[in-house]
Amino acid sequence: MTERTEPLIELRDLKVHFPIKSGVLFDRTVGYVYAVDGVSLSINAGETYGLVGESGCGKSTLGRGLLRLVEPTDGEIVFDGTDVRSLKGEKMRLARRRMQMIFQDPLSSLDPRQSVESLLVEGLKAHGLAADKAEVGRKLRDTLDAVGLPGSALHKYPHEFSGGQRQRIGIARALVLNPELIVADEPVSALDVSIQAQVLNLLEDLQNERGLTYLIIAHDLAVVRHIADTVGVMYLGGLVEEASSDDLYREPMHPYTKALMSAVPVPDPLVEDRRERILLAGDLPSPTNPPAGCRFHTRCPWAQKTRCVDERPALREVVGGHKVACHYAEDIAAGRIRPHEVEPELVRPDDGAAPGDPGELIPTP
Amino acid sequence: MSLLDVRDLNVVFQRRGERPFTAVDKISFSVEPGQTVGLVGESGCGKSVTSLAIMGLLPKRGNKVTGEVLFEGADLLKLRPDDLRDRRGRDIGMIFQDPLSSLNPVIPIGVQVAEVLERHRGMDRRKALREARELLDAVGIPDPERRLKEYPHQISGGMRQRALIAIALACKPRLLIADEPTTALDVTIQAQILTLLKQLVDETGTALIMITHDLGVVAGLCDTVNVLYGGKVVERAARHELFARPRHPYTHGLLSSVPRLDSVRGERLHAIRGSVADNIPWTEGCAFAPRCDNVVDTCLDGAPPLEPTATGGDLRCNNPVSEEVAVP
Repeated sequence: MTERTEPLIELRDLKVHFPIKSGVLFDRTVGYVYAVDGVSLSINAGETYGLVGESGCGKSTLGRGLLRLVEPTDGEIVFDGTDVRSLKGEKMRLARRRMQMIFQDPLSSLDPRQSVESLLVEGLKAHGLAADKAEVGRKLRDTLDAVGLPGSALHKYPHEFSGGQRQRIGIARALVLNPELIVADEPVSALDVSIQAQVLNLLEDLQNERGLTYLIIAHDLAVVRHIADTVGVMYLGGLVEEASSDDLYREPMHPYTKALMSAVPVPDPLVEDRRERILLAGDLPSPTNPPAGCRFHTRCPWAQKTRCVDERPALREVVGGHKVACHYAEDIAAGRIRPHEVEPELVRPDDGAAPGDPGELIPTP
Repeated sequence: MSLLDVRDLNVVFQRRGERPFTAVDKISFSVEPGQTVGLVGESGCGKSVTSLAIMGLLPKRGNKVTGEVLFEGADLLKLRPDDLRDRRGRDIGMIFQDPLSSLNPVIPIGVQVAEVLERHRGMDRRKALREARELLDAVGIPDPERRLKEYPHQISGGMRQRALIAIALACKPRLLIADEPTTALDVTIQAQILTLLKQLVDETGTALIMITHDLGVVAGLCDTVNVLYGGKVVERAARHELFARPRHPYTHGLLSSVPRLDSVRGERLHAIRGSVADNIPWTEGCAFAPRCDNVVDTCLDGAPPLEPTATGGDLRCNNPVSEEVAVP
């Protein structure tokens, strides 16, 4: 871990809302998907921030919003002192050289008709860094070497590589521009277990060599714990807990984090046999119509009758550096509030988007 | 007699003009009544093809299945299609990875559950629907009466998987095959489904074959674990034995390469080098040899035999990891 310095990137109350359109002739906006709804976080230079959450919690949208691959609805993005959201056109394009992204599925994020060389040179050209041929050649070889691919890879195409190697190409593509910040969205989840470790080790090595700053987005808590210095847990568009990786895993304070951690299977029968699971009732509510108050109160085994239902808790520091968005974090930690049974509420995947009755179409003999 | 006895199951895919590919290479294992057996391995190791071959669900053309699949003594591979259809769903249930593609999108869930009861237990639609309601309730689907009339797209992924479990368990099968049942689901939903499966298996005494790539899932569930590599069983052991003292270098490598929630941070992961693309054919030697840290000369003299170990398991390795080496 490097010394505490100025944050390289800071998000202040970032919001990304997607309108839901309806109608044939006139597009009417009938509602919004509140994918990211007020997230503030900062990442210091040279550190790794891990963002975890389940599908639909808005973690990928946050990563894309940060790079303005989707336009945020509201909030501020400050990268190295400049307000990224105020940059326009060419300036924004040039700023992207310093922040790159690694995508989940390398096969669909790499153009199958481009050779590795052309994939890597494309970025350099776009930023006017491909003028000197010899220099470019050296840079490509260095980058391939750094990600552990042979120089002969340059003239091959993505389909000629295995999954792990393809992800290395994806990393090389981001790396060749010499960025400062890399946003990695599920960098290993498409890979086999034995390959995941190779890629995680590679990411760590690159960070140590080049002082990179990472935002790692993943659903796998064990992966995030392994690689991140600071971990943020997202639920339905908002951060519910943020702490240093060790603190968070030693003592998760938000009820959702507790449940999430207790749900992860550990490859050790001794641990599995004696652990107590906190089973959450029901599914993630729809982000088009998030519950009022605390967004987790519909599934929270510790939910109380007051405040949880009508007051959205802010992310506040509870003990040194450990931030939790729960009204009763202290009471839960001290054991003054006990968990109780929760009736699962019914969640529909298309909630709000296409309201309609299930209908009476049941064939009878 | 074992409930299911798979002997030398071999599946070869053959396409015209291409070299035949052996997906499952003489796999043998057995399942006792009420037992939970795990088949673990990475993509391409043959675990799903094994389950499809047992169920007779592989396409009729383009492959050759040999060996024996004895279910209560009767060879499923020799049954006539009609007789096999009687057994599937009644004696053996199956749950697939992706519940959305294994449910029919244009038929209400209730009818899909009732269909099994009508086909195998000769119930009429009205009675079958009533029973279906009970089944949905038993797998923890809230408000089952309304769910009966709904279509798969109207319920969430976790609920769909529950519906699929209800269908698989409708006829109280003696064997349930679950092929990556939680891979498409989030962790908290995965925990719900695994708890449900465990509870149902305990209550009904159904034997379970759990097919997964996730060693964590196996650790909490299976009595016996078969580790597959390149279409062959490379190690078989009781659950506690396997995780405490993995003997095959591949098993050992897998266990030490996954980051664990409860491990010390900052340690480097022990990655297995290379990828499955480096495998050599079993006829030339151990398929894992090019990636193995323990490789010795004899590893390239044909496939090592699967031999019993002192602890009651089986191992296919010339130079196993010594018993003293603990998993980090």
